[in-house]
Amino acid sequence: MNMLDIQLPGLDLKNPIMPASGCFGFGKEFGNLYDLNILGAIMVKATTPEPRFGNPTPRVAETSSGMLNAIGLQNPGLTNVMKDELPRLNQFDVPIIANIAGSQVEDYVTVAREISKVSNVKALELNISCPNVKEGGITFGTDPVVARKVTEAVKAVSEVPVYVKLSPNVTNIVEMAQAVEAGGADGLTMINTLMGMRFDMKTGKPILANKTGGLSGPAIKPVAIRMIYEVSQAVNIPIIGMGGIMTAEDVIEFFYAGASAVAVGTANFTDPFVCPKIIEELPVLLKKLGFNHISECTGRSWNKHAQFANHRA
Amino acid sequence: MIKNEAMKIVSQQEIAESIYELTLSGSLVSEMNQPGQFVHIKTGNGYEPLLRRPISISAIDKENNTFTMVYRAEGKGTFLLSQAKNDTEIDVLGPLGNGFTPEVAISGETALLVGGGIGVPPLYELSKRLTKLGVNVIHVLGFQNAATVFYEEKFRALGETYITTVDGSHGTKGFVTDVIDILSNSYTTIFACGPTPMLRALESAYKETKEVFLSLEERMGCGIGACFACVCHTADDPTGFQYKKVCSDGPVFRAGEVVL
Repeated sequence: MNMLDIQLPGLDLKNPIMPASGCFGFGKEFGNLYDLNILGAIMVKATTPEPRFGNPTPRVAETSSGMLNAIGLQNPGLTNVMKDELPRLNQFDVPIIANIAGSQVEDYVTVAREISKVSNVKALELNISCPNVKEGGITFGTDPVVARKVTEAVKAVSEVPVYVKLSPNVTNIVEMAQAVEAGGADGLTMINTLMGMRFDMKTGKPILANKTGGLSGPAIKPVAIRMIYEVSQAVNIPIIGMGGIMTAEDVIEFFYAGASAVAVGTANFTDPFVCPKIIEELPVLLKKLGFNHISECTGRSWNKHAQFANHRA
Repeated sequence: MIKNEAMKIVSQQEIAESIYELTLSGSLVSEMNQPGQFVHIKTGNGYEPLLRRPISISAIDKENNTFTMVYRAEGKGTFLLSQAKNDTEIDVLGPLGNGFTPEVAISGETALLVGGGIGVPPLYELSKRLTKLGVNVIHVLGFQNAATVFYEEKFRALGETYITTVDGSHGTKGFVTDVIDILSNSYTTIFACGPTPMLRALESAYKETKEVFLSLEERMGCGIGACFACVCHTADDPTGFQYKKVCSDGPVFRAGEVVL
């Protein structure tokens, strides 16, 4: 029996595990390590209308149980992504979630209109939360009025469901979630990275050339869990959860918080085989906890009608 | 092929101040074919440090299924690694990257190998390969001071070797370039690994007249080319969108290929 299959708007997932955008490129490198067919979906690297080189190096810095990155949305641009990167992923029976980014609303609209026509792109992830670009990105993700506007504009042109990626760098995450839901979002993905900094001991200057970067990894997991817990009770659209997932146990915790699927990001750098490992471990863990299907875990932390699972054990 | 293996520590010793020589055994060695490649090492258990550490391969011994690295214990990760005891296991991902191609040097000719500090180790396997091919090797190896010099005798056993130290406490006082400037111009190929200013100096001085190959260093995330942490501009498009990834396109590049 399949204990892991999940249906979400536009997405027929054989399991709820997918690599997070920006941590998996366009799948080429990881495709040399294992069969990508086993993944639930793939969230590919952010695509902007024009090619972007990104920020100067150093672009990464390690932190306690986490890392800072300031890549700066490096990507080959819409035309090349559509011509080279997405067709290469066609060989896999895996839905692609295309992450789209830009500096102005028109950029998002341009990318959404074109990329949503590609046959293996089953959903869009609207990146209004990248902390590492000077214009656009996070400025769209911290103002509910602007976030709703860009969501509406993208929904108007997209041929596939639109998930909006929320930034944790806000005071009221529920307000942001409700704004994009009102804008027509089909789902949410959360959380993006938390803005942070580190300094070099000898020079006293920032380690990252961009000065600030986005914090990811297990250090941010409690923040993600808390935000998903709050948002999932306040909206009626599904959440793909992310933020520091390293193990199958972490996945279950995200589901308890209210997620319906999850993305694994930074953990791919520590262990490039982490996604296959989690997919293999999940059914065993679910059985141990007394569940028949992973969907039984969603929202367990706040759903007062949910029974204790392990009564069956 | 890139593999992930828990490899056993055969030996680990401090061979100079904060410089450690670590030999591991395991089947992953059978995948190692090129000098100048590196491995990505998980230096601790649990989430700290979270990221792997890229460390270059300094010697490959296929007969005994072992390989050796020489690294400096400088930060938290490499310090932890230096504390690992014999017969315990280390999580290794590799081999990674494109290393040096010794075959570009022709038998009977002379190659100049230039190393700076912790850039010296990968030149050792390269030098062994070159001498096996019948190439004469000259080594110019730069260090901070006498306490941090390592592998001097090992390199000397393979060919002519010059040591420089910044403070003059061993060998010639100054930088590797001070020695190279007064060397006879008998070599046709230069292989180098070390700090970027050193690579830049070699590139600008010899790019036009010699075959020059440089091994770059950069902070890395994944080590396999997926995260875009270690990119550099290409020389023919220095401010544009063309790029190379140090981890998977490099770390060795022909001089003039990328912007240093």
